[in-house]
Amino acid sequence: MTQAPAPPVFSARGVTRVYRTGAVAVWALRGVDLELAERELVVLLGASGSGKSTLVNILGGLDLPSEGRVFFRDRELTRASDRELTLFRRDHVGFVFQFYNLVPSLTARENVALVTEIARNPMRPEEALERVGLSDRMDHFPAELSGGEQQRVAIARAIAKRPDVLLCDEPTGALDSATGVQVLAALHEVNRELGTATVLITHNAAIRKIAHRVIVLADGKVKSDTVNTTRIAPEQVSW
Amino acid sequence: MVGALDRKLVRDLRRIWAQTLAIALVLGCGIMMLVGAQATQQTLRDTQAAWYERHRFADVFTGVSRAPASVVADIAALDGVAQAEGRISFAAMLDLDGMEEPATAQVLSLPERPGLNLPLVQRGRLPAPDNANEVALNEPFAEAHGLFPGARFRAVLNGQLRELEVTGWVLSPEFVYTMAPGALLPDDRRFGLIWMPETSAGAVMDMSGAVNQISLRLSRGADERAVIDAVDRVLDPWGGTGAYGRDRQSSHAFLESELQQLGVMAAFLPPIFLLVAAFLVNMVLGRLIALERAQIGLLKAIGYSAPEIGWHYLKLALAIGVLGWAAGAGFGWWIAEAMIGLYADFFRFPFLIRSQGTGALWVGAALAAATVLLGAGRAVWAALRLPPAEAMQPPAPPGFSRGPADRLLAWMQLRQTTMMIFRSILRWPARAAITLVGVSASVAVLVMSYFIFDSVDALSDTLFSQANRQHMTLTLAESRPEQAVRDAHALPGVTRAEGAFAMPVRLVNGHVARLSALQGHFPGATLTQLVDDSGRVITPPEDGLVIPQTLATALGVGPGDHLRVEMLAPPRRVLDLPVRAVIMQGLGQEVHIAAPGLFSAMESAPQVNTIHLSVRDDQIPELHAAIKATPAIAGLSDWSDLRRQFDATLAENLLAMVSIYTMIGALIAVGVVYNAARIQVAERSYELATLRVMGFSRLQVGYVLVGEMMLLTLIALPLGWVMGYGLAQGLVTTMSTDVIQLPFHISRRTFGYATLVVLVAALGAALLVRRRLDRVDLATALKARE
Repeated sequence: MTQAPAPPVFSARGVTRVYRTGAVAVWALRGVDLELAERELVVLLGASGSGKSTLVNILGGLDLPSEGRVFFRDRELTRASDRELTLFRRDHVGFVFQFYNLVPSLTARENVALVTEIARNPMRPEEALERVGLSDRMDHFPAELSGGEQQRVAIARAIAKRPDVLLCDEPTGALDSATGVQVLAALHEVNRELGTATVLITHNAAIRKIAHRVIVLADGKVKSDTVNTTRIAPEQVSW
Repeated sequence: MVGALDRKLVRDLRRIWAQTLAIALVLGCGIMMLVGAQATQQTLRDTQAAWYERHRFADVFTGVSRAPASVVADIAALDGVAQAEGRISFAAMLDLDGMEEPATAQVLSLPERPGLNLPLVQRGRLPAPDNANEVALNEPFAEAHGLFPGARFRAVLNGQLRELEVTGWVLSPEFVYTMAPGALLPDDRRFGLIWMPETSAGAVMDMSGAVNQISLRLSRGADERAVIDAVDRVLDPWGGTGAYGRDRQSSHAFLESELQQLGVMAAFLPPIFLLVAAFLVNMVLGRLIALERAQIGLLKAIGYSAPEIGWHYLKLALAIGVLGWAAGAGFGWWIAEAMIGLYADFFRFPFLIRSQGTGALWVGAALAAATVLLGAGRAVWAALRLPPAEAMQPPAPPGFSRGPADRLLAWMQLRQTTMMIFRSILRWPARAAITLVGVSASVAVLVMSYFIFDSVDALSDTLFSQANRQHMTLTLAESRPEQAVRDAHALPGVTRAEGAFAMPVRLVNGHVARLSALQGHFPGATLTQLVDDSGRVITPPEDGLVIPQTLATALGVGPGDHLRVEMLAPPRRVLDLPVRAVIMQGLGQEVHIAAPGLFSAMESAPQVNTIHLSVRDDQIPELHAAIKATPAIAGLSDWSDLRRQFDATLAENLLAMVSIYTMIGALIAVGVVYNAARIQVAERSYELATLRVMGFSRLQVGYVLVGEMMLLTLIALPLGWVMGYGLAQGLVTTMSTDVIQLPFHISRRTFGYATLVVLVAALGAALLVRRRLDRVDLATALKARE
């Protein structure tokens, strides 16, 4: 007997996003349908300008679609107010960015504490940093950390609130291969151990194999949606 | 053709227009005060000089009891005297239609061919020499009463009631500022000047062929001091009351004191504004150059020379300077116009020679340029030194590191957002210091502006509530025995009468001499009291003098020293009296002694020449009528009315002045906080957007920005209080003249208001900038590193 499929964390229906600057209209997304299941690790692939970031920003409540509807579980994000979106991000979403976005005036521990202070059921900052292997660098300022270390602090900061989803926009984009692998391993670990549904944007096809599922975007549309039958560990990835 | 760099300049300016404007306004404020005060001062000075010159204002003045007219020729013959003229002057009580209380006037004889202090006829004509009833009036007084040429009024002249006819209105360089003897404020309704032909004046006073006032003009290069001594020697047998120069001529002294205060204003406040503006230019340009690092590197790489790039940024600073200067000059002229209009109520000139304060404009331009260049210097220098390759790399991330301050912060267990505020201040101490200094300057300027009202309040309180509680003061035509006080008590409505004795004196210590007045205080007097600046009631001693600090300093005496006291009116005794105490006295330069001691030193029976009255309100009309009918009374001052006038004058200007002060004071705070916050937002939009992404509300993110500004403002407040206190003290010292010494008094209310205004201004500016955070597009702010 098969279990009933878990309800999706995210579901997006016909999501379209048009940016208008003056007379020019840029179609970033053209009717995207998408579902993300609990505990799933999805890699979002696509060339630059394919709409990956726009999609993730909309899922994360940073942006609203021009058309279409987006649900987080049973809540419709496309109808939420600015305040509700803020609370949604605070309580449910962890973000990891290409350029880490750490607060330079706070140490690693304090950057994580920034989140744990406003989250509902956070882990201790030390625990989050331990999970990404930075127990010994907790009192360093961002300027004193390497790129990979900074990104791992960012991941610790994202997971410390025990988010329901982790949205990562090119988390390895600014890192060399070896460091990037460390970061991927950290993300992989979080997904496996905490079961956090994770969306990982990349234009690096080599990374696809660590995901449960790979979605390829092109010209604002879903070009393919493939389930990986065999996954590899991040340590086996190289580029 | 406009080069590409210049186009960039214009666009840069447009992009940071609000910041540019904020700096230009702070700078403009300084220039405005400079130009305004200078243009006003110069206009008054030029007008004064022309008016004095054209109408032959005398250099030295003196009075005598009575001297034959021939003595004028003796004085004219003295070394250093170019011209001398004598006249008869006396006080008169007037009875005017529509005025229940008596007005007083000073009557001046008018020679057939006046050679000095020439009156200028503004309307009508001068009285005919042979018509005993014709007189000319000073314009403000005639205007106040509508006494047009042809009008008639009644006057008590030397005890006789006479009807006089007005022939004309005149102005005189002697009376630019007209104040009744013993009055505190000019009052054109109650005090007038009457010019009467010499022959009629002589007849009225029974002084034909005699004079009691002499004025003279010095020849070029003459030594005024020597001439005054010589004049005093010549007039001594005739009861000379002591010659004095223009510096002690009441009208001139008041005008000079005002001009001096304008000079102080021009010197005191502008530097604060210029300094803050320089800091702001430094802050904004430093930030711009940091932001345009890569562009500077590029410009260098493609072959622009360092001086060309430097000049580009200096031009940006100069543009701010030009903007501030133009705004300052424009508002300065406007302020000057308003001030000259205000002065027209007090100082009467027949014409105005307007000055645009051209000198001030140039000085202002130079200062504006110096200010912005000073501010730009360091930032531009940094740009020049950047090697191109390095410049094109993004700047190293701000290196935070742990210091003792961090251990303290960690121990305090602050929220991380609060921690961000503290770390930001610690990381950029220079920037925080600029904000701190700027905001405290704002507080200081406000404290310094508002405290004037405290001082005037204190002065008014001392003057009206403590020192002078009488309703009226009668001046007697001559000294009388104490019986006069009992006679005054018998006048209608008088509930209390107290005598006093005042005598013009010359105080001499060795070769230093000063003119003053000696006040004899009768024991048991309650209507008037001697009160010092701190409100202490002082009982004058019987065996010596109490003298004000400024006079003591001028004469070089202290307690225990002896002064030679020469009385300048009958009985013209010369006394040798010890100084018993030196006091701080805000208004007036009189010396004091207990009356019994004075009369025993004079070996004479007690006398009075001033009577202070307490009266019942319902009988004032009867009292006024009785005073008009009593020839022995030469003058009347109504203290309740004086207080009303004092308060009214103050209230009239209070709102306007408080608003202006508040605006310019708050402008500094706004300019500083706005710029500091804008720079924070520009540099940290990325960081602050990250907070929003992580689920911090607008309020929480705004807290990081506004919190830092307000924390700095809070730290700046006490600094500003101290600075303001010091500035106010300096201002009182520099502004004090022989005529007016403001007591130094700052109330808590002043600190409170200054604090409130600055807090509101800073919060407003910070919140205004916070709104920009709402406009930051979260998605793009995260992608783009500067």
